[in-house]
Amino acid sequence: MGLGDEAWTFYREALPIMLVSLGGSFIAGIVLGGASMRASMESIPGLLIVIPAFLALRGNVYGSLGARISTALHQGLIEPRLEYNEKLVNAAAAAVINGIIMSVVIGLLGWSIAGLLGEAGSLLRMMAIMLLSGVMSALLMTTLLVNILFAGYRHGIDPDILNGPVITSLGDVFGMGLLAVGIRIVMVVL
Amino acid sequence: MIETTDNWSVRRIVRTMLPLLMVLSVLEIGGGVVLDQLSRSYLSNPALLVLVPAMIGMGGNLGSVLAAKLSTGLHLGTIDPDTWYPGETVQAGAVATLGLALTEGAVLGAMTWGASSMLGGRVIGFLPLLRVTVISALLLGILVVIVSYASTLLSYRMGYDPDDTAIPIVTNVSDIAGVLILSGVIIVVL
Repeated sequence: MGLGDEAWTFYREALPIMLVSLGGSFIAGIVLGGASMRASMESIPGLLIVIPAFLALRGNVYGSLGARISTALHQGLIEPRLEYNEKLVNAAAAAVINGIIMSVVIGLLGWSIAGLLGEAGSLLRMMAIMLLSGVMSALLMTTLLVNILFAGYRHGIDPDILNGPVITSLGDVFGMGLLAVGIRIVMVVL
Repeated sequence: MIETTDNWSVRRIVRTMLPLLMVLSVLEIGGGVVLDQLSRSYLSNPALLVLVPAMIGMGGNLGSVLAAKLSTGLHLGTIDPDTWYPGETVQAGAVATLGLALTEGAVLGAMTWGASSMLGGRVIGFLPLLRVTVISALLLGILVVIVSYASTLLSYRMGYDPDDTAIPIVTNVSDIAGVLILSGVIIVVL
């Protein structure tokens, strides 16, 4: 197989997954660029600062959960069925805890840096937004990821291959979407 | 690999992951600060905000597929770990990755232009927007190729499994680089 053929095969194999994932990011981008999000960024100092870290967090926390589940499925430590399994419950609980703690830490960092840059805002509001969005996305991402990897595995799809693209598309859409929901709720309540 | 139940305790997973997540989040916040400093351009041109999640995700997606391919190549012996000169498998991977980056850049530019009229705010012309997305995607693709190759080969030479090390390195480097490259290209091109 020549260089061109090898490159072409790789390109063709990867393109559909890349485009699906790009679609997910694009939907997140529409939420981010939408009028209500832009208005929120004007009124909540530090919001734009936290967005890259908040989005990337999904990849790191749930990507590692997915990789762990994938290895355990291959090793037969976890059965691809939703039944009580201590390893699965522990891994999922740890991901939820990491996701929530880090959302709050990122909010605190963003608020502090905004303050240092002379854009002091309400700490309570920022913390409430990040906690609420962090909790909602942790629960939803964990549930969806486990179900998708299990369903894929039962249908013969290697969870190692499924994990990356599922995480990036779900993470972007739900990370950004639930951040918008969190902002909406907090702005009404606080 | 010996699996002990301890490896699956919630405390253990949280303790191993949190320090790493803290470091990565601080780095990601750096990207957020760049966005915030350019917030006037981003907020007055909603189309540019739409690009942000895609530019964060694109490099990580390309890099995780390329790094996985390179890692498999090293394990199978089609890539020689003793020389830095890229052999045919590496060259094919690089060509395919740059091709995927260009395709994604063009698709992203076209979709964003199509959606930009419904976002309100200033509308950027088709060609300037396409120039931003294609140049950013190409630069990101080049970075992804270099970082993926360097991190898989170095990991392998140092005795680590590149599957465990290279993918997190590539995805996080390119998450941050995505925002920086996009912002740089916007300043230069627009």
